[in-house]
Amino acid sequence: MLKAEKLFYSYDNGEKKIEAVLDNLNLNIKKGEFVAVLGHNGCGKSTLAKHFNGLLTPLGGNVYVSGINTKDEDKIWEIRRQVGMVFQNPDNQIVANVVEEDVAFAPENLGIPSAEIRQRVDEALKTVDMYHYRKHAPHLLSGGQKQRVAIAGAIAMRPECIVMDEPTAMLDPMGRAEVMETILKLKARENMTVVLITHYMDEAAQADRVIVMDDGHIVIDDVPRKVFSQVELLKSLGLDVPQVTELAYELNSSGIEIDYDVLTVTECADKIMDYVRSVKSGN
Amino acid sequence: MLKDITLGQYFPIESFLHKLDPRTKILIFILDIVIIFMAQTAVSYAVLIGFTFLLMLISRVPVKMYIKGLKPILYIIIFTAILNLFLTDGRDLPVFGYSIGITVEGAIVAVKMAVRLVLLIIASSALTYTTSPMALTDGIEKLLKPLSRIGFPSHELAMMMSIAIKFVPTLIEETDKIIKAQKARGASFDTGSIFKRAKALIPMLVPLFISAFRRADDLAIAMESRCYTGGDGRTRLREIKFTRTDLIGALAFLVIFAGVIAIDIVF
Ligand SMILES: Nc1ncnc2c1ncn2[C@@H]1O[C@H](COP(=O)(O)OP(=O)(O)O)[C@@H](O)[C@H]1O
Ligand SMILES: [Mg+2]
Repeated sequence: MLKAEKLFYSYDNGEKKIEAVLDNLNLNIKKGEFVAVLGHNGCGKSTLAKHFNGLLTPLGGNVYVSGINTKDEDKIWEIRRQVGMVFQNPDNQIVANVVEEDVAFAPENLGIPSAEIRQRVDEALKTVDMYHYRKHAPHLLSGGQKQRVAIAGAIAMRPECIVMDEPTAMLDPMGRAEVMETILKLKARENMTVVLITHYMDEAAQADRVIVMDDGHIVIDDVPRKVFSQVELLKSLGLDVPQVTELAYELNSSGIEIDYDVLTVTECADKIMDYVRSVKSGN
Repeated sequence: MLKDITLGQYFPIESFLHKLDPRTKILIFILDIVIIFMAQTAVSYAVLIGFTFLLMLISRVPVKMYIKGLKPILYIIIFTAILNLFLTDGRDLPVFGYSIGITVEGAIVAVKMAVRLVLLIIASSALTYTTSPMALTDGIEKLLKPLSRIGFPSHELAMMMSIAIKFVPTLIEETDKIIKAQKARGASFDTGSIFKRAKALIPMLVPLFISAFRRADDLAIAMESRCYTGGDGRTRLREIKFTRTDLIGALAFLVIFAGVIAIDIVF
């Protein structure tokens, strides 16, 4: 679905010497996969995201969307239709002053007839659970609601894939939960391919696959369980691990040996219980 | 405080005026302005005042909304009236037997201007209360469409207007936030000489502009991601249509306007 081959990119900032932002990066994301991308600030996550819908084109290597090379200028609008984007600041990506008008923006640009736009808008708003707010003014909504409207705006294009660049970074815990719920629903119901760039480990833990970036490279690419068990490596890259993993890790370093490939509170509690039982029965 | 500013506020109810095509309303509005400034006699003013009351009635928007719309420009109306009263040449108009520099002609002009301004504001309120900003910009775009053949950017203009309207509340909120942040650091916006006050605005305007440019950048990327390529080949969720209602409405208004002109010519 999304494929990067030997991708190289650097921003041209005039006289300064060229510094690679993405360096020989290879990545293949399959249809229906939910991939979380982690990495400290400035490691090139947003730059990578912008390559997936042709906002940026590679200086070296190639990026393919459903087999179409993003360098193919004739197909750029097809690529943009297939890859919906959601950005960090909800205020800066909402175009219209009524929710449903905003969701209609992309289908309008695609030249779809009015009746079908209506249908798509209603469907998209129902999917993100914002149908009730269709006549509202976006600036009066909460952050989580605005971000769901932005997601509806992307899925109204009927894309194959959604790329989200830190969609929860500016939200409160409730807004974050709303957005995560919407993402999981999209994946389960529509088999949507999702790329989620995030700073929150508990969000990444819910993905099928986690990619950790550092200085324009991919350092780790594995299932969340395996990724988060590499606590020391993650810390050396300036990243955190989910709280429960951290707990298991700290218990381990104080001599309480339990597996620390745990991702949920229940799992962690079970592991600790097992340990307690084994200690008791040992005595 | 800044949040109280109302700008082209749409009042979402159902009425005959709400149902009209925005193009019809815009054209009637423009015609209304022209007629208001052309009208000369007291009778034609009476007809125009009657017409304005009719507008308020069929818009079904509460009268207090119109009064609210008039409030901010009340001072302008009073100020122009006073200027006209004193600065118009003509026959002296004594007040209680004293000559204070007011002229008969001045009094007439002052009343005329005040009535004109009030009628104007009510008409524009009637337009914005009954037409959503989106419909309004759509209407403007469609009306200017013929000009795009000679290179006039009608779609771009309409898009810019609707985005500007969309960002008004966001930027007002941001201004409020910056003012509070600067005040918390000891900045003062309402003391000192005019020069000092103007200077105090700089630390407010600079962050506001920087953030506005950032927003514009983000928005451009978001619009491009959603396949925006300009006006060509774009369809609309709600296509605006000129219907029988519009024809009836437009004709009714034209009759009233023709009446005003006829009255002026006859008297
Ligand atoms: N428009 C730009 N012009 C120049 N340099 C940029 C631009 N955008 C990002 N960069 C630089 O590229 C690097 C990667 O940025 P980015 O992809 O935004 O990282 P991330 O999203 O992981 O925080 C950073 O060093 C950043 O300073
Ligand atoms: Mg980023």
